[in-house]
Amino acid sequence: MVAISVKETPAVAARVPRSGKATPYLFLAPYLILFCVFVLAPALFGIWVSLHDWDYMLEGKPFVGLDNYTALFDSQSPVYGDFWMSMRATGIFTLFSVPFLVVLPLGVALLLNRPFRGRTLFRGLFFAPFVLGVAVVCLMWRLLLDPNLGLVDWILGTPIPWTTATPWAWIALVGVTVWWTLGFNAVIYLAGMQDIPRELYDAAKVDGAGRWGEFVHVTLPGLRPVALFVVTTTILASANMFGQSYLLTQGAPGGETRTAIMYILQQGLREYKMGSASAMSYLLTLVLILVSVANFRLFRSRS
Amino acid sequence: MFLDNLSRRRLLGLGLGALAIGTAGCGGGGGPKQAQAPATTAAPTAYTGPSVSLKFWNGFTGGDGPVMKKLVDQFNAEHQNIKVSMNVYQWADYYAKVPAAVSAGQGPDLGIMHVDSVATNAARQVVLPLDDVANALSLTEADFSPPVWQAGVYKGARYSIPLDVHPLGMFYNKAVMKKAGLDPEQPPKTGEEYLAALEALKKAGIQGHWATPFPFTGSMQFGTLLYQNGGQLFADDASVSRFAEDPGVQALTWLVDLVNKGYSPKNVGQDADFIALQNGKAAFNWNGIWSINTLKEIKDLEWGVAPLPQIGSKPAAWAGSHQFVVFKQRTPDQNKLTAAKVFINWISGHSLEWAKGGQVPARKTIRDGAEFAALKEQATIGTQIDYLYFLPSVAGIGDASAVVDQAINAAILLKKSPKDALTEAAAKADKILEANRKKYGA
Repeated sequence: MVAISVKETPAVAARVPRSGKATPYLFLAPYLILFCVFVLAPALFGIWVSLHDWDYMLEGKPFVGLDNYTALFDSQSPVYGDFWMSMRATGIFTLFSVPFLVVLPLGVALLLNRPFRGRTLFRGLFFAPFVLGVAVVCLMWRLLLDPNLGLVDWILGTPIPWTTATPWAWIALVGVTVWWTLGFNAVIYLAGMQDIPRELYDAAKVDGAGRWGEFVHVTLPGLRPVALFVVTTTILASANMFGQSYLLTQGAPGGETRTAIMYILQQGLREYKMGSASAMSYLLTLVLILVSVANFRLFRSRS
Repeated sequence: MFLDNLSRRRLLGLGLGALAIGTAGCGGGGGPKQAQAPATTAAPTAYTGPSVSLKFWNGFTGGDGPVMKKLVDQFNAEHQNIKVSMNVYQWADYYAKVPAAVSAGQGPDLGIMHVDSVATNAARQVVLPLDDVANALSLTEADFSPPVWQAGVYKGARYSIPLDVHPLGMFYNKAVMKKAGLDPEQPPKTGEEYLAALEALKKAGIQGHWATPFPFTGSMQFGTLLYQNGGQLFADDASVSRFAEDPGVQALTWLVDLVNKGYSPKNVGQDADFIALQNGKAAFNWNGIWSINTLKEIKDLEWGVAPLPQIGSKPAAWAGSHQFVVFKQRTPDQNKLTAAKVFINWISGHSLEWAKGGQVPARKTIRDGAEFAALKEQATIGTQIDYLYFLPSVAGIGDASAVVDQAINAAILLKKSPKDALTEAAAKADKILEANRKKYGA
């Protein structure tokens, strides 16, 4: 046995460079396989689906070319009005929720990064809502914000229709979402802050920087990669908002707060018009890609 | 209670997330070929073959779940060679899951569907025709009631056997009525009486009927009034929508007027109308029969239930219906089919127990029996059985009725006039109906 292994050793050694080339791919393989099977293949299949009048239970899935796409731009089609209203709803929600979800958690993280008694408790408090499910959060707020019976209006002494009329419904949706998910971004910022080398602050102090100077010249630049991550994921998460509208407002009034994902889901899973739903998804994807690219450019040009 | 109601929000069910789109898409690779329904032989009402196990799926997640579970357990105990196992999902999930499971060859053997989903699933070949089951069990229209029985027929074939109907009824808070000087034992029966009661309540500072803009139960109230005015939501063959015609405009105007005349607050939130009834802030709430058990659980609440008042020219009431369906299998199993028939017949025959969960049994013999009459609340709502209406049995009809929900929402929230809201919705609904005809075949 020993002899054999000794004999083989040179051969193995000779193979090392070759297996060395394969090594990274082997390490990547588990992810790549999962990515191809569960992301790439369905995504490509989705393009195929979007070119058909597709219902997976029906035998006839007639090829319709780009009809599902052109219908989205044809004001006479049954989906045009609802689809663009839902894109508008998604746009409004993203536009108003992202700034809050980017800036407020930064402030919270700055506060929670200072040493003070009970800091861990407060870190936990801010993060706590995030562990609740969307159904719990929305059912609770739906009752609290009920226009006629809710606690919020009762305390404020106002008759504000938080869940049934715009712009109040938008304020409610953004507010609840910020309350719910603020802790997550704050934790990411906190982690980022702790990665900023102490020496930089010391150096800044030596140079005579005050609190504001430290924040602008050390903390913010140090957080740039983290901020890019936070901004990008927050935009994508907000653009994919579904549960809050579905549970809190049910799209009221008249579908104005029905988001794109909500409408796509209705088309695809309730009405079984998967071709049309796929085409809508691709349009939404395209918009999100453009936004993300612009976002990356913006952060790069600053650095 | 909220989760209870939520489970019934199947009308709005959209599934739980984008993940489901992925799975649905993946499962779609090899859609089942058009397999002819197996030619089943007429079956007896008893099963003597080898032991079989049946998978029974449904969405009874509320108070109705344990009742069905008990019935299934009793059935299993009485039938040594049939083992029924029940799986319960949220209705929204159920309707997304079942077709995917059937397409993957993993579908259950039998299940429950709401009457307005039967045609769609028949067209999509998720469920099997059941004419032979009806024949084998000697079930006919006379055993049920014409609207309930006809609702399960799609393109001339029967696809479902009715289990129950669940109509709207008028729930009322007796204490609130007394406060306004109304006789709590004489709830209003006509339009004039109803408006007079609301006026009396208004004088006592009470908004009597909260007009909810949401499908539960605003859309059901609208439909009820529309049919009472002699209108229809859709033409019988669903070739066109008809809800924007005069009866529809009158019906929606009546509801919006409740807000305009101060009988209802503005901006009623989801479920707020039902909560208001329980809290003594409203006197009346037109709600589903499933509310009975919820109200029974509230201590010190003096409440009653009556048939819906007749506001229009004829009586009518919205109703849903749970119906048994049998799912298509890749390899049909005669024994399982026979056992399924035995099960459907047995449950149907025992639906008095089911009625206690807050339903009206579809089967006439049970509905007419003394034991059902003893379920006072259920029996009261059940008196409306002969003038219930259902959506036409047309594939994809739910897609078009979702548009109506939006119009009602916009009108009751005072965003659009009833006429404008309905007219716009009708134009959209007609396009959807046309697209559906193309998709499912006229």
